[in-house]
Amino acid sequence: MSKQPILEIKDLNAGVEGKQILKGINLTINPGEVHAVMGPNGSGKSTLASVLAGRDGYDITSGSVTYRGKDLLDMDPEERAREGVFLAFQYPVEIPGVNSTYFLKAALNEIRKHHGQPELDAIEFLALVKQKMKLLELRDDLLKRSVNEGFSGGEKKRNEIFQMAVLEPKLAILDETDSGLDIDALRIVSDGVNKLRSSDHSQLVITHYQRLLNYIVPDFVHVLVDGRIVKSGGKELALELEAKGYDWIIKGEAVAA
Amino acid sequence: MSTATETIEDLVKQEYKYGFVTDIESESAPIGLDEDIVRFISAKKQEPQWMLDWRLKAYRHWLTLTPPTWPKVEYPPVDFQAISYYSAPKKKGDGPKSLDEVDPKLLETYEKLGIPLREHARLAGVAMDAVFDSVSVGTTFKEALAEKGVIFCSMSEAVREHPELVKKYIGSVVPYTDNFYAALNSAVFSDGSFCFIPKGVRCPMELSTYFRINASNTGQFERTLIVAEEGSHVSYLEGCTAPMRDENQLHAAVVELVAMEKAEIKYSTVQNWYPGDENGKGGIYNFVTKRGLCKGRDSKICWTQVETGSAITWKYPSCILLGDNSKGEFYSVAVVNNMQQADTGTKMIHIGKNTSSTIVSKGISAGRGQNSYRGLVEIRKSAENARNFSQCDSMLIGAKCGAHTFPYIEVKNTSSSVEHEATTSKIGEDQIFYCNARGIATQDAVNMIVNGFCKEVFKELPMEFAVEAQKLLGVSLEGSVG
Repeated sequence: MSKQPILEIKDLNAGVEGKQILKGINLTINPGEVHAVMGPNGSGKSTLASVLAGRDGYDITSGSVTYRGKDLLDMDPEERAREGVFLAFQYPVEIPGVNSTYFLKAALNEIRKHHGQPELDAIEFLALVKQKMKLLELRDDLLKRSVNEGFSGGEKKRNEIFQMAVLEPKLAILDETDSGLDIDALRIVSDGVNKLRSSDHSQLVITHYQRLLNYIVPDFVHVLVDGRIVKSGGKELALELEAKGYDWIIKGEAVAA
Repeated sequence: MSTATETIEDLVKQEYKYGFVTDIESESAPIGLDEDIVRFISAKKQEPQWMLDWRLKAYRHWLTLTPPTWPKVEYPPVDFQAISYYSAPKKKGDGPKSLDEVDPKLLETYEKLGIPLREHARLAGVAMDAVFDSVSVGTTFKEALAEKGVIFCSMSEAVREHPELVKKYIGSVVPYTDNFYAALNSAVFSDGSFCFIPKGVRCPMELSTYFRINASNTGQFERTLIVAEEGSHVSYLEGCTAPMRDENQLHAAVVELVAMEKAEIKYSTVQNWYPGDENGKGGIYNFVTKRGLCKGRDSKICWTQVETGSAITWKYPSCILLGDNSKGEFYSVAVVNNMQQADTGTKMIHIGKNTSSTIVSKGISAGRGQNSYRGLVEIRKSAENARNFSQCDSMLIGAKCGAHTFPYIEVKNTSSSVEHEATTSKIGEDQIFYCNARGIATQDAVNMIVNGFCKEVFKELPMEFAVEAQKLLGVSLEGSVG
């Protein structure tokens, strides 16, 4: 019996306001795999992340996305999250007045309810949080503050990965998680992400720079150029890209075409 | 417009769950207003001559006034001759002597509203006066309060039983000459609550009045008076609802608070009058004058209001800071949805030395609602070293609503300091999507964001009512989330 993929994207075409951005994406992620999607600015990386998470405002013109055997595109964003899809935002959003702990507890309990599990009470939740906080070397006071409000860029990104650690998704989409991080913060965030790797947890790492992939080592690398995956390979592809630049691929594309 | 905005707008379509009518026989005054009606009301309440004389003076003054036009609200002129100024459930015999004799239909009404008046079900720690149309139907825990010397009864009863106190204080903070609606109220006020906290007494429980308008074509004109003697302390809460009716109904109340030396009055309102339907048909016109006088040194008055109902709200709970070192506070959440309009805020009049005031106003506008904050901070020459801090935040939900701020500041000395902060924000689609992406549905997300926005005000409400207020806000803005 062949194992069921976590995510299967077939010929996905999507855009915004009539402008085509994704032009036939094909990508399959199996349980436990870490895939990196790299590409220059404007290649459609963030659009891919947004479409997968269900952000409003994108027109999906054709193609399909199957998540653990179900039609992902048919689900509301919150349903996707409850089913185990997690988007680590490139720009985490501030919600003034809403306590971080309260927010995360609400999120976790929504997921638990969805799976018919009992909701965690405040004490059980705090115990879980304490344990997960160590992973990200987060300060306690972060949890007492409002969601992302007044957080530094690094703290916001760490908080995203911390949420991911608590919510334990089946598929995590990391949208440019490395952007705006200094080298120490990058190490902490990557360590956190790596500790979550398991046979039951897959990752789609979206990044512009190879440097993140020194820390989060992918099983597969895909190069996205102008809405298409133009090259796929192992982790060494990332190094090659770093050395030769995206022009190398883009020119190669032009020659091939 | 993107679909996320539409979703938010769908969500704010509310349902009003207190819109039922109690089928009860009532006795009403004939439609219209003249001196005979004033005499009729006074006679119904078996009032002494001085009270009637005061009413008549107020009525004659009212005739010289015109309704205020400065609020930023729009509505067709009210026909004051088309309203009945008195309506009371018909009594059997002499009327109820105690709650046991109250018409079970009335008790049921209050139970349906979540306000149990029957002994076994009463809210622990909260004494309640229930006002139905123009009369009080009963007050709970009266005896327990009397032991401490606290007087808590209906206004009609106070006029009869404690005339010396009523005579001394009624109109002392809001004179009948104050404004159009205050004059009208003074002429025709029906019921309301009277509280007197004697010297040094910390009122052992929350005092509360629940106002219900039931009869059609009537207005409710209650009058509440709270006097806190030296060193006393009281926390008072009012709540209000009305049936869903197609015509607009008038509610013109007057509330007066007097705090003596070192006394503290905390007055909280959860206002949930019927707001009209989504096309603006029906709903209560809530034209209310509320004012507190910090008469003694070191006294304190704190107004907290959560305003979610009414077609039109016109209301400025204010503090006159007369005593040195006295403090005034105003915390407000005002929500408008559909076609609702609110023009609300506060006045802080600093007269005594070292007086201080705090204003925190949170306005939420949804649907096609229009929300205005109007406030005055006046620091008189005598108010040396006075301080004020004001914060006015507005939140917009959807693209068709409006938020307006009219802060007036008058400072007449050089030793005082006044700070004013204001923000306007829109519930962002980004915020909603962020919540969605964590598994939280849009309704719950809106609720969470709005409650976060109002947190500073909710924490000022008595505990059990803070929970109620949060729920109410949920209902008010989201229909299905309760």
